[in-house]
Amino acid sequence: MGKTLFHKVWDRHAVGKLPDGSTQLFIGTHLIHEVTSPQAFGMLRDLGLQVAFPKRTFATVDHIVPTDHRVEPFKDSLADAMIKELRKNCSEFGVTFFDIPSGKQGIVHIVGPEQGITQPGTTIACGDSHTSTHGAFGAVAFGIGTSQVRDVLATQTMALSPLKVRKIEVRGKLGPGVYAKDIILHIIRTLGVNGGTGFAYEYAGPTIEGLSIEERMTICNMSIEGGARVGYVNPDEKTFEYLKGRPYSPKGKDWDAAVQEWRKVASDTDAVYDDVKVFEASEIRPTVTWGINPGQGIFIDEAIPSPEQLPEADRSSAKEALEFMKFKAGQKLAGQKIQVAFFGSCTNARVSDFVEASKFLKGRKVAPGIRAIAVPGSQGVSKICTEMGIDKIFRDAGFDWREAGCSMCLGMNPDQLVGDEICASSSNRNFKGRQGSPTGRTLLMSPVMVAAAAVTGEVSDARKVFAKA
Amino acid sequence: MSLSPIKKISGRAVPVEGDDIDTDRIIPARYMRCVTFDGLGEFLFRDIRQTPDGKSKNHPIDQEKFKGSTILVSGMNFGCGSSREHAPQAIVRAGFKAVLAGNFAEIFFGNSTTLGLPCVSAKKEDLQAITQLIHSEPATQVEIDLEKLKVTAGKLTFPVTMKASAQQSLLSGRYDAITDLLANLPKVKSMASTVPGPISASS
Repeated sequence: MGKTLFHKVWDRHAVGKLPDGSTQLFIGTHLIHEVTSPQAFGMLRDLGLQVAFPKRTFATVDHIVPTDHRVEPFKDSLADAMIKELRKNCSEFGVTFFDIPSGKQGIVHIVGPEQGITQPGTTIACGDSHTSTHGAFGAVAFGIGTSQVRDVLATQTMALSPLKVRKIEVRGKLGPGVYAKDIILHIIRTLGVNGGTGFAYEYAGPTIEGLSIEERMTICNMSIEGGARVGYVNPDEKTFEYLKGRPYSPKGKDWDAAVQEWRKVASDTDAVYDDVKVFEASEIRPTVTWGINPGQGIFIDEAIPSPEQLPEADRSSAKEALEFMKFKAGQKLAGQKIQVAFFGSCTNARVSDFVEASKFLKGRKVAPGIRAIAVPGSQGVSKICTEMGIDKIFRDAGFDWREAGCSMCLGMNPDQLVGDEICASSSNRNFKGRQGSPTGRTLLMSPVMVAAAAVTGEVSDARKVFAKA
Repeated sequence: MSLSPIKKISGRAVPVEGDDIDTDRIIPARYMRCVTFDGLGEFLFRDIRQTPDGKSKNHPIDQEKFKGSTILVSGMNFGCGSSREHAPQAIVRAGFKAVLAGNFAEIFFGNSTTLGLPCVSAKKEDLQAITQLIHSEPATQVEIDLEKLKVTAGKLTFPVTMKASAQQSLLSGRYDAITDLLANLPKVKSMASTVPGPISASS
């Protein structure tokens, strides 16, 4: 009987059983950032412990960094204290830090892959729920809390119970103007925001295989929005091609040996799954969320459902969402005015996201009165976009082109919504207050749909807006 | 770390009604600009409890009759969203000892258990009944028995569930895994050379 990638990786990394019945799992790579690590280093000091494997630990700074004015000290003294604390901890414990002056800083889930740190068949942990992103390479990657960050720092292991594996098979051809973001929003809408609890999601099937590595990252990224802590795609030639020649990728003979190993780690064709769900790509259309959780989405040509139309379990949340968003059941989102367009986040701020949107933004202008910001996911992404002239297309269109960071995805830095502004956002969460204003309203959509909303000033079907070249 | 076993939690309970109470609502990101967890309790459910300009919305947590409650009662999918331990830290630091809800997001559940904050799941109708009861009689003593997985509140009694490994770790006082993990460090070190992953040269 065949095994899934998840089980192969799990078995290889299991140190043993712990007294409570859970498994002690070796974490091959630990990624840390400024928000969830300082307390963990504090706990290490309190316990008199060292970082067990500093060379398997990599840090960057992303959540709190300003994206406009980067001179230190930062205007926000709390943010300034956080970057300094991380710098101190990395230096004291011997951890590699992709700091701002390194030119390699960025959102941790974009930096890992870009540096070749994210590799197939490995276990990865990071104190951030979007760590699932790294699954796009066939890694098993866990978002963890700060006490677990401490555990991984101190022992390079953590206590976990095995997950079940659900195969999510996507078949067929995506229509024009339909993107990876639409696939994952559709999956979450269909299976529910807690449908994945207890599961690792294996994304498979011809549609997923046809996606680029960066598109696969978008899908794996939002596994957690569907309740699944882990999401992955089996590694293939595209994965190896992406990793080849990156700074931390194996080199020379080691490369050939690594690729051989990586081929073996993919799920066996006769692997047994705890559950299988099948989606038809042709049925997916550009998707926009109307509510306060990522499962509350509709196709652009659909109307917002009335709570009574929904399953009983979803009704109270839908009522709460309509009230908060100030939307009405039966209303279409197309034509809804926006105030802000946010192009960024670990979900969609990679080179290919900017390239794709730039094709449509070229020669167009952001609608008057719209605050549009483009935040590359890393300094590396920014550099490539600048070399390609992509930044200029965004700037010429009227986007504010910023420095790399998490920015308005969660508004921990000065990039925040004001009052009840409506934001067309390429990010991953539309929770109440998520973008920095307690009453701010977030509409999640693909980056190209954000571009369409920016140029029209309202939620729009990008396929129509950009039909005329 | 030697910790006391947690077998029973008794106290008064306060409702935080709604499904999908996410970690941004438990502790908004703008209050996470800190390098310790000290003082986070103050910002627990900030935007549920206060208007943007800081006026009280008179949420049950702030009502006199619920003051001193140690058990939070909420709805389905509690703690969804981010992996921030700031969320259970804020709950603990605001004086809560347990959360009773329909079910929990996985990372939140694990983070809470590690802090010795039991998260127990109840059926929807039982949650509705206890919410109604504490609204009408806020002085009701609620007891969560982790051994029997049972909640008693006045005349109400109902079963609850919890993942077996979490229950076991709380009952035995081993919910913070660090001691057990450290005990195996020699074995971890001996297997390290066979575990794949990039090794930094620069540190």
